[in-house]
Amino acid sequence: MTEPIIQVRDLRREFVVRSPAGRLRRARTVVAAVDGLTFDLAEGAAVGYIGANGAGKSTTIKMLTGILVPTAGTVRTCGLDPVRRRRELARQIGVVFGQRSQLWWDLPLAESFRALAAIHRLPDATWPARRDELVDRLDLGAFLATPVRQLSLGQRIRGEIAAALLHSPRLLILDEPTIGLDVLSKERLRVFLAEQRTLHGTTLLLTTHDMDDVQRLTNRILVVDHGRLVYDGTLPGLSAQVGAERVMVVDLVEPVPDLGAIDGTRRVAVESDGLRHRLAFTPERTTAGAILEAVGRHGQVRDLAIEEPDIEDVVRRLYLAQVTGDGRVP
Amino acid sequence: MRLFATLVILGFRRWSTYRLATAAGAFTNTVFGLIKASITVGAIGAAGGTLAGYDALAGATYAWVVQALVAPVNVFQWNELALRIRDGDIAVDLARPLDPQFAYLAGFLGRAIHQFIPRGAPPLLAGALVTGLALPTTPLPYLLGLVSVVLGVSVSFASWWLVNLAAFWLIELRGLLTLHIVGMSVLSGLVIPVHWFPDRLATLAALTPFPSILQAPVDVITGRAEGTAALGVLAVQAAWLAGVLLLGRLVFARGARKLVVQGG
Repeated sequence: MTEPIIQVRDLRREFVVRSPAGRLRRARTVVAAVDGLTFDLAEGAAVGYIGANGAGKSTTIKMLTGILVPTAGTVRTCGLDPVRRRRELARQIGVVFGQRSQLWWDLPLAESFRALAAIHRLPDATWPARRDELVDRLDLGAFLATPVRQLSLGQRIRGEIAAALLHSPRLLILDEPTIGLDVLSKERLRVFLAEQRTLHGTTLLLTTHDMDDVQRLTNRILVVDHGRLVYDGTLPGLSAQVGAERVMVVDLVEPVPDLGAIDGTRRVAVESDGLRHRLAFTPERTTAGAILEAVGRHGQVRDLAIEEPDIEDVVRRLYLAQVTGDGRVP
Repeated sequence: MRLFATLVILGFRRWSTYRLATAAGAFTNTVFGLIKASITVGAIGAAGGTLAGYDALAGATYAWVVQALVAPVNVFQWNELALRIRDGDIAVDLARPLDPQFAYLAGFLGRAIHQFIPRGAPPLLAGALVTGLALPTTPLPYLLGLVSVVLGVSVSFASWWLVNLAAFWLIELRGLLTLHIVGMSVLSGLVIPVHWFPDRLATLAALTPFPSILQAPVDVITGRAEGTAALGVLAVQAAWLAGVLLLGRLVFARGARKLVVQGG
């Protein structure tokens, strides 16, 4: 096996927070945003990097890209020391900071692509073809001539992702790319990213709050909490460990006060005198289809919805599991 | 070089989208030109017809040429870098395979090129109509003048770059930026020619890069400094440019080293 594309060892980053204490003095507190992180990423992997707000996700990404200097520990990205060889590294990676723009705000989108082609010194013979591919797959054609400041959020994010991929990077880092997008836009973006990975084998590191992103795009997840890695594995593995359950909400045509015991589910609530039932389950133990079939024996199902566990909840459970020390949440 | 040219063109295009702002700026420059030309001519008259080598026509010409160049050299405002450092958008600049100072210099020059005609022509035209202009009739001063203007714009950029970098250490920069504008306006020769300064102020000005921003190009264009004297002026400008740019690189490296990108 070749060298990992990202190698992180005992990584630590502290910030100094100053707050007023008394009239003139200011208290100085050191906060570790990232605290002893160690992991490897293999070339071609698709990894979800998740954690609550302030868990240290963005700080890690900034250290991986050489924008932030680690307080201690080492990082190697694409085999390079990111801080010392930041510019060299920038040619091999694409980054999208969900909250920031790398496009030229007052100019049409097409101009940003031209500028980025020059910045990355892409040959004139090849880059227009790559741009056309991205324009086609991300459906940018209709607003290529529109100044970036006039684009909708969904349009702009698609533009940002195209900008990050124009130079065909080995590693694509997306920092909350789907934040604020509607369901349809999220879905289109996911389809696009999955397709790009199949076509070009790009390594993907994704931070997100969205469990669907993780599920659809990644095959490994890293969960970080208070700057520490609290989980490294697959999503089903995480669900098994913390018992992250999905909840099926079933609406019946006629009220049924008691559905009885349904294999592999836990009754969360019965609402409206038995018109609505909430059943928790983990995909490892049963399937939505099996539950539906079992419910169907008691009455006709009018509607159903499945609620995913949210990331904050998963992380909280993981944290609790560590505190109690048994690795399993009751 | 191709990259630099692309970034210059981009800087030009960014500004060309704001036509109304450009027109308003040109109008303001012209009105202030009128006021400054009258004051300069008045001062020369009060001094007995000439002052430090300026007669009335040369004084008026000085005032108008300064007004024509004030927008391209950008004496009054440039805080783009400071804002990006403060908001953390500097992260995006650092995630690119190019030198930020190089990229921003290109954008600054692109802006200057855009401002050169629309903000420069109206004051000169007004000057020609109202007071008349005493300008050289041979091409050489204009050629050297063009080089001098490019150097002046670049020195202005280098100076602004350095001041903007304070954002790495300070959150609120308005005071510092204002101080810079005041220093630049007085010592660059924007208000009155540097040649009129009393000794101490002249010495102070000579110790700053500011005269290289405006006084130098105006001296070369109007033919006050000719031949080897003009080349000497260009050499001084080039030396300041190299020095201040280099200092800016060192400070940027220090700032980036301690960079804290605010807000996640």
